[in-house]
Amino acid sequence: MNVRFLPAGDTAVIVQFGDRIDRGVNERVLRLSAQVRAANLAGVVETVPTFRSLLVHYDPLATDSASLTVAIENLLDDSRGEAQPVKLWRIPACYAASHAPDLEEVAQRTGLSTAEIVRLHGSTRYHVYMIGFVPGFPYMGDLPAPLTLPRRADPRVRVSAGSIAIATNMTAIYPLESPGGWHLIGATPIRLFDLRRPRPALLSPGDAVRFEPITVPEFDAIRAAVTADAYQVPSEMIAA
Amino acid sequence: MMQALEVIAPGLHTTVQDQGRIGYQDIGVPASGPLDRISLRLANALVGNPPDTPVLEMLLQGPTLKVIAESVRVALVGCSAGIEIRSGNARTIPAGRSARLARGEVFRIGALGDSVCAYLAIEGGPEVPMVLGSASTYVRGAIGGLHGRRLKQNDVVPLKLGGVDVRGEHALPRPLDLALDQPIRVVLGPQAEYFTDEAVQTFLASDYTVSPQADRMGYRLTGPALAHAQGYDIVSDGIVAGAVQVPGSGLPIVLMVDHQTIGGYPKIATVISADIPIVGRRRPGRPIRFVAVDVREAERLRGKQETTLRQEVENLVAV
Repeated sequence: MNVRFLPAGDTAVIVQFGDRIDRGVNERVLRLSAQVRAANLAGVVETVPTFRSLLVHYDPLATDSASLTVAIENLLDDSRGEAQPVKLWRIPACYAASHAPDLEEVAQRTGLSTAEIVRLHGSTRYHVYMIGFVPGFPYMGDLPAPLTLPRRADPRVRVSAGSIAIATNMTAIYPLESPGGWHLIGATPIRLFDLRRPRPALLSPGDAVRFEPITVPEFDAIRAAVTADAYQVPSEMIAA
Repeated sequence: MMQALEVIAPGLHTTVQDQGRIGYQDIGVPASGPLDRISLRLANALVGNPPDTPVLEMLLQGPTLKVIAESVRVALVGCSAGIEIRSGNARTIPAGRSARLARGEVFRIGALGDSVCAYLAIEGGPEVPMVLGSASTYVRGAIGGLHGRRLKQNDVVPLKLGGVDVRGEHALPRPLDLALDQPIRVVLGPQAEYFTDEAVQTFLASDYTVSPQADRMGYRLTGPALAHAQGYDIVSDGIVAGAVQVPGSGLPIVLMVDHQTIGGYPKIATVISADIPIVGRRRPGRPIRFVAVDVREAERLRGKQETTLRQEVENLVAV
């Protein structure tokens, strides 16, 4: 699909690379986002990468849609750039029944055992497509096909922070207590969103994530360490 | 020595706002800031503040506050209501002019009248921590402002200044035009093609009404439903303030300053930036009619509005 520029009023342009959720499409979005930021284009305020498009916010008193579109087109022509290393996070995940309110139901609906669900979910490397919905909420994929389910018919009013969830072909972690319609299959004791950090969201679009299964006592120990500011989420740089 | 405003009554929804939080929408933190940036800017100018000074934004019903400082200078902009000083030297300061209040004075801003939102600037501004580069309150995320929430009774809003000079006060050169009946200009898109041609015509030819479901996230409208040509689910993409999103009900929602940063409903049009403050003021029950312009015209109108606003700030009247 060709790149399309869509109008979004007089304060943003949308650069759309496709109309579906696709890893290759998303990587083009993330690459352009990095290029726009690096280019320091006059009047650009911020960029918001999503599954399949890049939203570029601009100040209409400092630039205009027409010149910004030309500047972005020039960056698109220059999108050789070899693949950069990505950050892989190893996120502790407790799948015990006490921490996974929907695991049993997901087992019934998928026809898999709970152990098989945990094995599938915990053995996949996920790509962070985008962050949104609520501050710090990562949309990560792709989920192994057997785990794919529609969202819950009746969303919860309250999902606790740290809940690990699945819906469609995505997995996520609720960074804050919020309403939510995804299936809760585990929990992490770490903080995904912390205003005391210069960049409060732990994850960034383009990062890679693996879940490392932990027991309930390990969950409690890590939670205590997190509360005491004595825990760092393991991460490493890997080839893309 | 404490220098503050004590909250005797909080009003309906009073928060600290500045010009907004820039640079965190990629991690899901909305820009927040004022529903009506024009009034915020004029209010700050009246008390001699730089434009980025935090102010108190109030919705529908204003607060009652007590001066816990040697003196403060305040100005209210965005509504027809004034500031009623109820203790001691009882008087009313109309909207659009500054006044110096003394220690112990209690002042009330009642029902805002025709407008949803109004802005109380205080010389020097409230003393609140900057969170992610802004003092703006994002209530849903408990970010910024005073403890990340709206004001409540008995709160104490600390102030930067413990006293202000006696000097001439200022008024706006002319009363703020709230533009309560002005058509709202939009640029069609980003997803206008997700609607039937009839739906686009209906959107531009009908009277909509602001529904009671209107808050800082978005203003839901009632009126003719808009038919989607290609279903109402899209792959989520980015959202700007002013986006007119149409969910399955077919009824449009104008997304405002606390909007989610991404969303999965098609957006038929986007309110131009010059008119977002005008939508922001429009009360539940009032009509909204949309008219389409192109992006170039939208940019021109914003530039023109900025020029006018600068002139007003430069031509404040001594009173």
